[in-house]
Amino acid sequence: MASTDSKDDNTLDDLVGRDYAAGFVTDIEADTLPPGLDEDVIRFISARKSEPEWLTQWRLDAYHGWLEMVEPSWGQVQFPAIDYQSISYYSAPSGDQPKTLEDVDPELLATYDKLGIPLHEQAALAGVSEPQQAPTVAVDAVFDSVSIGTTFKEELRKAGVIFCSFSEAVHDHPDLIRKYLGSVVPRGDNFFAALNSAVFSDGSFVYVPENTRCPMELSTYFRINERNTGQFERTLIIAEPGAYVSYLEGCTAPMRDENQLHAAVVELVALDDAEIKYSTVQNWYPGDEHGRGGIYNFVTKRGACRGDRSKISWTQVETGSAITWKYPSVVLRGDDSVGEFYSVALTNNHQQADTGTKMVHLGKNTRSTIISKGISAGQSSNAYRGLVRMNPGAAKARNYTQCDSLLIGEKCAAHTFPYIESRRRDGVIEHEATTSRVSDEQLFLCRQRGIEPEKAVSMIVNGFCRDVFRELPMEFAVEAGKLLEVSLEGAVG
Amino acid sequence: MSLLEISNLVASVNDQPILRGIDLEVCAGEVHAIMGPNGSGKSTLANVIAGKEDYQIDRGCIALEGQEITSLSPEERAHRGLFLAFQYPIEIPGVSNMEFLKVAVDSHARATGTPEITAVDFMKTARSAAEQLGLNPEFLKRGVNEGFSGGEKKRNEILQMLMLNPKVSILDETDSGLDIDALRTVANGVSEFSNPTNAVVLVTHYQRLLDHIEPDFVHVIANGTIVRSGDRSLALELEEKGYGWLEDT
Repeated sequence: MASTDSKDDNTLDDLVGRDYAAGFVTDIEADTLPPGLDEDVIRFISARKSEPEWLTQWRLDAYHGWLEMVEPSWGQVQFPAIDYQSISYYSAPSGDQPKTLEDVDPELLATYDKLGIPLHEQAALAGVSEPQQAPTVAVDAVFDSVSIGTTFKEELRKAGVIFCSFSEAVHDHPDLIRKYLGSVVPRGDNFFAALNSAVFSDGSFVYVPENTRCPMELSTYFRINERNTGQFERTLIIAEPGAYVSYLEGCTAPMRDENQLHAAVVELVALDDAEIKYSTVQNWYPGDEHGRGGIYNFVTKRGACRGDRSKISWTQVETGSAITWKYPSVVLRGDDSVGEFYSVALTNNHQQADTGTKMVHLGKNTRSTIISKGISAGQSSNAYRGLVRMNPGAAKARNYTQCDSLLIGEKCAAHTFPYIESRRRDGVIEHEATTSRVSDEQLFLCRQRGIEPEKAVSMIVNGFCRDVFRELPMEFAVEAGKLLEVSLEGAVG
Repeated sequence: MSLLEISNLVASVNDQPILRGIDLEVCAGEVHAIMGPNGSGKSTLANVIAGKEDYQIDRGCIALEGQEITSLSPEERAHRGLFLAFQYPIEIPGVSNMEFLKVAVDSHARATGTPEITAVDFMKTARSAAEQLGLNPEFLKRGVNEGFSGGEKKRNEILQMLMLNPKVSILDETDSGLDIDALRTVANGVSEFSNPTNAVVLVTHYQRLLDHIEPDFVHVIANGTIVRSGDRSLALELEEKGYGWLEDT
């Protein structure tokens, strides 16, 4: 097809597939449970964390509920049956839990350094040049099943903000945990949430007191390291009246030939006038170019706008995982509350994504915005699935949904499944959807102007995602742009 | 000095021959017009010179400043000073014109080993070029060709040409879809750009563009070969007689 014997046959069919930079394994002694799941495993996890009896019981109840449930099959994804008895449900670096960051195994610190996540309390993220100007970010690092350390705890405590691992919160703030755990995502909500409720190991806990603006960005960095383990973390964020917090999670895993399961639950609670901004940059190992290996990312994320004028905003950039199944949602209970969902989901090679959101309008004058950008390359499949529901009490509720798909090459697929249920005559629901393609003409225009094909594709894709990247904290927007570039490498070429 | 030299160029699409032996020499300081009826191979010639894949070069060569370029990628040809203004400029949504131009200009600088222009100087140059073409500076912030009118798209092509300062510019039907005022603005931009060190090749169906940009040479393509070459008067002759009489010769 190429006109000449030019050294590169850069057409759109081939530009995807650089090495997955986070794919290394940390060689560290770990205490890992043998594979299998029964009551004893749950009691072991609970005992290992010295949990109170009520929580052990809570887990067991979830487990019994789970036994009665079946895996959901409605997703636009295909995978062989998961053998839940072949997964190990707990893995932690050997030795005592480190009390402070100084006690953390240097090998672990080096791991996070290599990933560009500094666990020392100096200014912020890798790639930010001027330390004195760099925004400070507090990090909770979760390695396999446990949190290995949280930075800037003291400084946050001065502001009244609690940011710690979930396990610590169970001990130090039992009343808050008991009050809010499972209050947004009930134990029996769905198959994966029930499994998580039974075996969750660690995660992050955030509490922002009344009328407090959290003084820095909070971030949790999840890392799966051990073979054959699943990761089941739980995150709970509570914003009291008038509070504000911006939170970011990042995720990576080593390259392995087998699939690994990640089934997390995230619960957000915003009271009157509170605002929670939750951003995700998800880069779990996606599997190789033949579709071998990769993470199954089956996650339940939901926020409750309980208070009047409260606001919850989800922003996600999903580039990793073999399969992504997640629908960060907002239940708009408070009057005048606002829910937002901004998503970029990129699939390449054999990746599959079925992702979107649910906006459930209960209160008066509630508003929601959904901007979803799906990018499919290689032989991947990318589906947007979204529900907008206006209940009878949701007077004058409004939703705006914009759902765009971008195709790169000829072998990928994009699907859109919007569900709209309105019980109000005065509700306003707008839905716009487009599908477009990175065309050879766009690529030729760029190349004729001297722009290399890989740069051109990444520029075109970044332009497509602009409306979502605008919502990310600035330093993460840059990271997200770079991540797209890496994930697309080889998609043309 | 010869900037662009094409000899015995034979090219096809899907085994359908389109160009059947083109010879053309364009020297520094010259303006050439390539005219011809629809389907004669004018646009194919422009795209083949720029290196569009989809076209198979069966024979012949294309040289830029004496160097064979048929084995080079489109971006390498661009870096050596070849520019093509597209007949149908395509949209790149969400990528601002400014960003696009900066990336293009930086790519050229990197490829040619010249220092990158500073952001401030770049903005100044881009603004003044836009102004010259009668474009509001706000235009630079909009997505590339996104929601542009036909005239704006064509002016945007010329803006890119001014920013990249190529040796050889091929303008493919840049006059089509322009009203008379826009035509004049674009023609003025091209005339001012043309100088003794560069060359411009106008590919056009109508001679009205040539009222505004005086060509040194006019070539007529029919059935994939240049059937006539001459000066400005050839264009006027075509205007009068149409293309039909050529095909009989």
